[in-house]
Formats: sequence, C-alpha cells, structure tokens
Amino acid sequence: MADTASFTPSRRLVLTVMGLGAAGFAVGCSAGAPPITGPVTQTALGDYVRIGSDNTVTVYLRHIEFGQGISTGLTTIVAEEIDADWSQMRFEHSPADNAKYGNPAFGGMMGTGGSTAIFTSWQQLRAAGASAREMLRQAAAKKFGVDASDVLLVKGKAEAGGKSATYGELAAEAAKITPPDVTTLQYKDASAYAFIGKERTEGFGRLDTPDKVHAKAAYALDYRPEGTLTAVLLRSPKFGGKVASFDDSAAKAVKGVTDVVQISNGVAVVATDFWAAKKGREALKVTWDDSAAETRSSDAIFADYKKTFAKSGYEARKEGAGVSALRGAGEVVTADFEFPYLVHAPMEPLNCVIEYTPGVSATIHSGSQMPTGDQAAACAVLGLKPEQVTIVTMLAGGSFGRRATPDADLVSEAAQVAKALNGKAPLKFMWTREDDIRSGKYRPMSVHRMSARLNKGAIEYWGDTTAIQSIMEGTPFLPPGAVDTSSIEGGFDIPYAIPNIAVDLHLVKAPTSVLWWRSVGHTHTAYAKEHFLDVLAKKLGKDPVAYRRELLAKEPRLLGVLNLVAEKAGWGTPLPAGKFRGVAVHHSFSSYVAEVAEVSVNADGAFHVDRVVCAVDCGIVINPDIVRAQMEGGIGYGLSAIVGEALTLKDGAPVQSNFYDYTPLRMAQMPKIEVFMVQSTEAPSGVGEPGVPPIGPAVANALLAATGKTYAKLPLGAKA
Amino acid sequence: MKLNINGKDQEYAGEEDRPLLWYLREDLRLTGTKYGCGVAACGACTVLVDGQPTRACVTPAASLAGKKITTIEGLDTPAGKAVQQAWTELDVVQCGWCQSGQMLAATALLTTTPKPNEQQITDGMTGNVCRCATYHRIRGAVARASEIMG
Repeated sequence: MADTASFTPSRRLVLTVMGLGAAGFAVGCSAGAPPITGPVTQTALGDYVRIGSDNTVTVYLRHIEFGQGISTGLTTIVAEEIDADWSQMRFEHSPADNAKYGNPAFGGMMGTGGSTAIFTSWQQLRAAGASAREMLRQAAAKKFGVDASDVLLVKGKAEAGGKSATYGELAAEAAKITPPDVTTLQYKDASAYAFIGKERTEGFGRLDTPDKVHAKAAYALDYRPEGTLTAVLLRSPKFGGKVASFDDSAAKAVKGVTDVVQISNGVAVVATDFWAAKKGREALKVTWDDSAAETRSSDAIFADYKKTFAKSGYEARKEGAGVSALRGAGEVVTADFEFPYLVHAPMEPLNCVIEYTPGVSATIHSGSQMPTGDQAAACAVLGLKPEQVTIVTMLAGGSFGRRATPDADLVSEAAQVAKALNGKAPLKFMWTREDDIRSGKYRPMSVHRMSARLNKGAIEYWGDTTAIQSIMEGTPFLPPGAVDTSSIEGGFDIPYAIPNIAVDLHLVKAPTSVLWWRSVGHTHTAYAKEHFLDVLAKKLGKDPVAYRRELLAKEPRLLGVLNLVAEKAGWGTPLPAGKFRGVAVHHSFSSYVAEVAEVSVNADGAFHVDRVVCAVDCGIVINPDIVRAQMEGGIGYGLSAIVGEALTLKDGAPVQSNFYDYTPLRMAQMPKIEVFMVQSTEAPSGVGEPGVPPIGPAVANALLAATGKTYAKLPLGAKA
Repeated sequence: MKLNINGKDQEYAGEEDRPLLWYLREDLRLTGTKYGCGVAACGACTVLVDGQPTRACVTPAASLAGKKITTIEGLDTPAGKAVQQAWTELDVVQCGWCQSGQMLAATALLTTTPKPNEQQITDGMTGNVCRCATYHRIRGAVARASEIMG
C-alpha cells in the first residue's frame, strides 16, 4: 500500500470552461446558495475543483459516497485550502479515468476501499484547493489592479482596497492563470483551520444529508429512463454449477416477459418491469451441470481446512525461535477458532442500468466502487473502447466491500444481457435480496488454530495458523506468484512484545466466490488475536488492560487508544451484578481503535451488549462527527456479524435466503456508544473499516469474564 | 381502481398481485420508497396506509383501493416534519437507503405515541434494518423529533 509521502499531487491542472450539460450528474447539498437565473457555467480549476457562475464550488470525488461520509470529508479538505464558505460547497463523482482519478493505494486504478480515501487524498486535495486559491487570488489582483499579496481571500470572496468579488465572478479569469508549481504551495496552519475538525453542531454536517432525508438522493436503482426493460438472472443454486439446458416456455408465457437469454453464468429473464421479470424467473426451468460444483456442507469444509494443518503453511511471521518454541517448559494452550462465510448485504441490492447502442456507445449508471474496472468489463463484453463507455457513478445504498469487484461481476452480467438484446432498450439489471444472500462473494470462512506456551507468568510463544480462501489471487491486485497475506493482515503483524511468534497461512481453493468484507482480514484476525490474548491473560492471572499495556510498551498509538478507552469506560470500577466488561485494541488501515464492551449476562446465559466505549486515533480529524458515525456504524456492523450472521452451505448450496434467516443486527440489539478521538497531528487516516475489528473480541472478552469460557465458534448467537 | 397517494388520486390498472412498491417506483416514479428484501423483513419499503406503517413490497397495490397512502415524498404531518428535521439535525443518514422507511416508521410511532420512552422507541423501530447501523442516532433522532413536536 502506498503511503501519503510517496504520493505526488497532480501537476496536470488543465483548465477548461464547460457548460453544465457536459458536467455529468451533480449531487450535493442544497443549503445556502441563492437561486440564480440563466444558465450556470462551470469553470474547472484543475482536475478536482470546479467553480460555478452561481458561486458554487464543486469537488470531484474519485471515491464513491456509499455512506461513509467521504463526500463531506474530501470536500472539507478543499474548502479549507480554497478559503470557501461552507454553504457554497458541492460534490460530484468524477468520471472513470485512471490517469486523473486513480487511487495510488490501488496501483493507480480507480477504486474506493481499504479506508484509503482520506489517507491518499489529504495532500492531493490540499494541493488542489491551494492551487485554485492562488489562481483566484491572481485573477482578483488583475481585476482590482492591486498586487496579489494584497488580496484577502475569505469565505468565497476576494477583497482588496475596498473592492470585492465572489469566486463565481472570478472563475473564468482564474482559469486563464498558469497554475502555480505545487512545490511552492503554502498550506494553512492547523491553528487557522475553519473547516477541518469542526463539528456538525457548528454547522459542518454531512453534505448528503438534506437530499437523503428528503428522498432526493439519486441511487442507481432509482434511475429508470423511459422504456427501460428489467432483467433478473437465475444462477446455479450450487457454487460452480453451469447451465446444462433450460426450458423457457412457462417464463415467456408470463405477462410482461420480453426475452429469456442465457449468459455465462445463468439464464436471464427480461421484462417490462421488475415484478414480471421476477415471476418469469420463478417459471423458468433450468437443468444444472454440477460436475464442477461445490458439494460440501460447511462442517465438512471446516474439517477439510483443519486437515491442511498437518503440514506447515506459508511462513508469514517468525520471531525468535518461531514454531519450535511451542515445545518447552510451562503450559501449552490451544484453540481452533471457526469463522463462517459472511454476506455484505448492503441495503440497496446490486443493480445497474445500461443504455447501449451497438458499435457506438454504452452509458452505465451504477453505484460503482471500481469505475474503470467496470468500464473495462463492459468494453470486453460489448466490444467497445473505453472512450465509448461512460460510467456514471451514483450514490450507493451501502457496499461494505461488495461493489468493489475485481471481476466486475455486476457489470459483466448486465453487459452480456444488454448485448443479447442488441441495445433495443435501456436495461436495468437487478439482483434481488435472495440473489445477494445466495450468490456468493462472501467474507471467506476460515479456521485459526491459535496456540501458545505460557511459562514463568508470561507468553513465551504465540502461534496463529490460518486456513482460508484467498481474495486477491487471480486479480490484478496480487502480482503473479505472490502470497495473499491480506488474508491474515492484523494477525501476522501482531504488535505484542512476545519473544517467539509463528504465524503461517494455508490458502485453500474452493468454488465459492469470496471478497473483501468491511475490514477484510481483520474481521477474523483481530477476533482470534484479541480473544486468545484474554484467554491467556486469564490463565496468567493478569488484568486484560494492564497486560496489554505491558505488551504494547513500544506501540505509542495503540497504547494511546488503550489508555483513553480504559479511562473513559471506567475500566476497573465496579459494575452492577450480571454486567461484565471486555476490551480489545487493534491497528488496521493506518488507524488505531480500542473498544470496551459492557455486556449483561443473564442467569440463563442470554446476553446483551449494553454499552460500547470506543477510542480512535486516525491522525488529524477532518470531521469529528463523521468519525463518530463511522465508529458507531462499524461497531454495529461488526456486532451484527459476531452475534448473528453466518452463511452456511448444505451440500454446496447456501442455506440462508433473506433477512429472515440471514439476520442483521436490529435496534433492540444496538448498544449505546460513546466515541473519543485522540488529538493528533499525524496525517489523517481512514475510519470506514477500523471501527469493526475490535468489537467482536471486546464482546467475547466480556463473556469470558462472565463465564470463563473461550468463544471460538462464530457467530456467538444470543447466549453466552 | 383509484389509489390515493400523498393526497392525490391515481388510477391503478396493473396486475392483481403486483406489490405497491413497484407501482410507486416504476410507474409513479416515487423512488423514495426503497426495495430492500421483498419479503417484509427489513422495512426499507415502509409507507403509511391510513397512518399504519405498511410494507409496500408485499402489499398488492390492488388491495389498497380507497386507502390513504403516504410515502416519504408526501410526509407533511407535524410528526413527519419533526422527524425529517431531527434526522437532519443529528445527521442520522449514512448510505441513506433504509432511511425513508425508518422515517416513516418513526412518524407512525410518534403519531400514536408522541412521548415514547426508550423501550417504546426500540419496539417501534426494531422492524427496520439499517446495515450501516445508524440505530444509535435513530434512537436519538426519534427522541429529538418528539421534543420538536412539543
């Protein structure tokens, strides 16, 4: 992963003046700016900033907004350096263009993920804002007939010698100014920040709130041009199954069904509307060829995974004597941790709309998390060039990783159907919730065999052996021949000062498709690491917080969040009968989070997580309330999985279908949450994922405190 | 047959079994009502039918002749307005997909129970799933909306 220091801001500050019609699909806040009459022109000052004749400042997002608040975060960075007024700020998703909008953490490919947006954009957008500001300053100096150094820029206006002009009035002239050399740009001192670090209650709320509260936000599923046909796809019930033959006579007899077409991985039913397409699919008869399909059930897969432990795996970490230190004086402790497949289940199921003119063009409206990957997939299927395929990135109703598909499964399937229809109508391609739950791309299931040797009141050896399917193998994100250690990120880099450590990895093959799920490898490594540590601490008679402090003496940022959470949670103070605390601390995606869970455990074993206190160190805080929101949401998302989520296979087919048996967290299970941020001058890092990993082990550690048991099989269910 | 949607009569001539959700979204282009599960398990499609929270994804449009249907686009009661104000003040939304349903459920709750206690808020809202887990703020926003209503 690239770090911020190695990233050079774009020097290609190309200046263009364009009409709004060419500007793509605008979304954003509607607060503040007075209405204007007549056409609005947009003036680009570089690749990221456009200023409207209506005095709006629009920031191009190379990352998709799907709830994490990035539309506000990135816009804040520009607003700060350009000296804007908050009410004039807008955002818009950028076009698909790796050269301008690639993610340096993704090898220059566009994409949102790994909590990299703030981390990789910080310096780049400060430069974009500061550069635009200097161009506006020069334009104002020329207009006012004064020296540039005499121009004061404040809240979207330039002032000098009693004269004043808005950015909207200066933009066209500013676009003619040669952009400054980025190495000469001066940035605001943190003490002068007017936007960064400011609170919702001070007027710096999310820019996407008004539209989302008033049903004006534009998602892909809401886009439906006149004459649109809707398609749903019948896929193999078992992973790896193929279409042998099909009978579409009953499907075609359903009123509204227009076409039935076979594509690479199933048979699509196309109709005038969703309900007709769904009924058509229910009437479709397909015979499947299961010769290469998964046939095992989850229990058998876990058993197979454990068989791999008979041999040693890829050595991902060795400290001291490594695995040979398992033998020696003292007590050996082992536990097998089993993690199920998990479904992302974003509230807006996958969908896109393709408007295709054969041989000419395609326009795809989609909640695209990897727009240039989606573009390439459409090009491959439709035989078009990238410049002929326009990706219009819409707001997405969640993702949690599901829309970031290296194989562009959604767009590939949709494009195949569009091709079969030869562009006769705009095509809306939809996944139902059942498709979402049953059709794969899961958080991989895994087994961690944890082992330790305790001697003389300390952990002398720590072992963590994992069997899991790789997410990155076969994708452009992993060089050929490299080992996908992202599967055990957070495990092989265990930060505790233990003299002998062995972490090894067994990558297994299976037909079931897997994908990164909010916090990726950390979803299971943090659980195994942090819960097993408490199991050992208990055997050693050590307090979980005190023991972590000992083992993290050389990890100041982990220690910082640990100390903060312990203080705020009142660690060590008495709790009412039946209540127990658990702690966990974890570093992921360049941020540091510690959480303390307070859990009520009844006499019958039923438990409820009442309160979670969270401490986060994500460097400079761009927007504290969004950090808070991401910690709250991350805790809820992680808790949902460890309490009640599992996708299990029976004879190769998923058992669960929808939210009645794949059961997400609901209001009644949601704890009260308090979030505290470490004051920091470090470069800002992401918050979308880092809140997730600690909650599972924090809860398990509270249950361990209550019952003395190890909680090694997930999900936990509602009973301790 | 005529359906009354957001105070306006609409002629429905579609299939007997077609859920209201798809009539709202595809025919009337009232896309604020969302599809989440299709089986009345998540509440993203919640609308009010004569004030009662109702899952539009499993309710045939043809079963609602003569009923008053309110969607997020027509949420103009004192409770509804207070809910939208509170949701804005607290920045409840993340991805936003479930929030129309959440706000309709909250409106129904506050219409019958203007001063809900914590348990009543939980009971009134626990049928609505939010994968972003904005529940913590929803709890606060329902209480705030109650305050705004006075």
